[in-house]
Amino acid sequence: MNIISFVKRVPATTANVAIADNKLNPEGVEFVLNPYDEFAVEESLAIKEAAGAGSITAISFGAGETQKELRTVLAMGADTAVLLANPAAPEADGATTARVLAENCKGREFDLLMFGKQSVDRDQHGVGPAVATLLGVPCITEVVKLELAEGKVIAEREIEGAREIVEATLPCAITCQKGLNTPRFASLRGIMAAKKKPLEVVDVEIGETTVEVVAMNLPPARPAGRIVGEGAAAVPELVSALRNEAKVL
Amino acid sequence: MSNILVILESRDGSLRAASLEALGAARIIADQRGASVIALATEKCELDATLLGGAGADKVLLADAASHSADGAAATAARVAKESDANVVLLSATVRGRDLTARIAALLDTGFAADCTAIDADAMTFTRPEFGGRAFATVKINGPVAVASLRGNFFAAAGREASAEVSEVTSETGVSMVTEISSQAGGRPDVSEATKVVSGGRGMGDAENWPLLEAVADAIPGCALGATRAVVDSGWRPHSEQVGQTGKTVAPELYIAAGISGAIQHLAGMSSSKVIVAINKDAEAPIFKHATYGIVGDALEVLPALAEELSKLDL
Repeated sequence: MNIISFVKRVPATTANVAIADNKLNPEGVEFVLNPYDEFAVEESLAIKEAAGAGSITAISFGAGETQKELRTVLAMGADTAVLLANPAAPEADGATTARVLAENCKGREFDLLMFGKQSVDRDQHGVGPAVATLLGVPCITEVVKLELAEGKVIAEREIEGAREIVEATLPCAITCQKGLNTPRFASLRGIMAAKKKPLEVVDVEIGETTVEVVAMNLPPARPAGRIVGEGAAAVPELVSALRNEAKVL
Repeated sequence: MSNILVILESRDGSLRAASLEALGAARIIADQRGASVIALATEKCELDATLLGGAGADKVLLADAASHSADGAAATAARVAKESDANVVLLSATVRGRDLTARIAALLDTGFAADCTAIDADAMTFTRPEFGGRAFATVKINGPVAVASLRGNFFAAAGREASAEVSEVTSETGVSMVTEISSQAGGRPDVSEATKVVSGGRGMGDAENWPLLEAVADAIPGCALGATRAVVDSGWRPHSEQVGQTGKTVAPELYIAAGISGAIQHLAGMSSSKVIVAINKDAEAPIFKHATYGIVGDALEVLPALAEELSKLDL
């Protein structure tokens, strides 16, 4: 079982976002492995362990600093890592990222392409299905349960108010949703071993980006609200305000 | 002349309401640019030509097969986009819609924008949240076609009197297959699609106290249940109810936050709500800075009173 697990370096979800030059001002921002990619890495490791054979390659399209996140993935247990390096990668849109990743997958052998369901910076939810489409392999998105059986995958995914069971043949791409598993922490032994594992850095060209950011703004400030009162006694006034003032009831 | 293509979403043979919002958005672009709105159902379903026409469609294309396959649907959509000379393709930002958005863009060799909250039909730019809603980017898609998914509750059906002409198209077959769909019990709307949401945080004390929140939801028609990440991570509620980063982003008319302090990840997921009600013991909780109305008090005491007061209204 050969698995490629795609990862991205992103600002922590707790980070305060400041904008400069129509992009995130990285000053003072903590960067982490994209939380959804952790589910993808964990699932890759579990699948390899269950199969008892195979290899896991972690691939990231990122700037040079992303070597840190790739070392983390190697410490978790991936076998090799590849950084497709370009300083403009953190700002690249989903379609551009997918094009770069798909181009680099051509010529690699794989049974599974594992993605997080979204990166928590661009939030496009689209790199996995776009890469799969460009490579002509099936893709199942937002998976919360995954089973492998004789050359195919059976996946469960959450859609609005329901669950879907989807089947596809290998090779196949999966995007991982919270609930699929609980990602492991890298052990001390894993961290030591990761230092000796191969991490290849390949400079890549982006070419023309498909989506151009013309403006980036902080969310509009909400108008000041008011405290209607304390405890259960304030409820009649609240309900009256919702009905007569805000007119939402 | 270029056209606007809207990909309709159906489940169990019925059209999903979110598709009507996309038709309304398409109508605004089409009117601005003198184009037509073509609606495509990529799988066979029941369609009402008057409903679709009224929402904004000029023409409706209905696929001739019922098979559920995302790659098949994307292939049908991309083919129809070319055949109908579409330069804008709009979808709903649902789980299926976001998936198709990326696939269709890849097939048409163009860019895409997910979860758009505003469209400038003049400049043909799309505004969309990034960093879990902590920033909003306005983007231009450089490619032959702009493919975008639209977040629920930000656009409205056109509300005009018109009927659309319906014709059939051949659907492409896919390689992946949906074999089963099981609806979740409860019958409440999904938190990402509801117009009213009542959501609970750590201040609810324990999973056993959730009936208090459910009683409020029961008193408001169409009200969904939500939860914070802390609540979901504690196993009190399922992940499908999680609001905020690593959960769902919501923008209902009314969002009631009970026992929620207002962590930055949660605020990012709900601060576009029209009216926010905060109920929290701690008067200094960050949630109050974002709330339209606040009650300082224990959610466990306020919620039963709220459920009772709401039931008097007979909504």
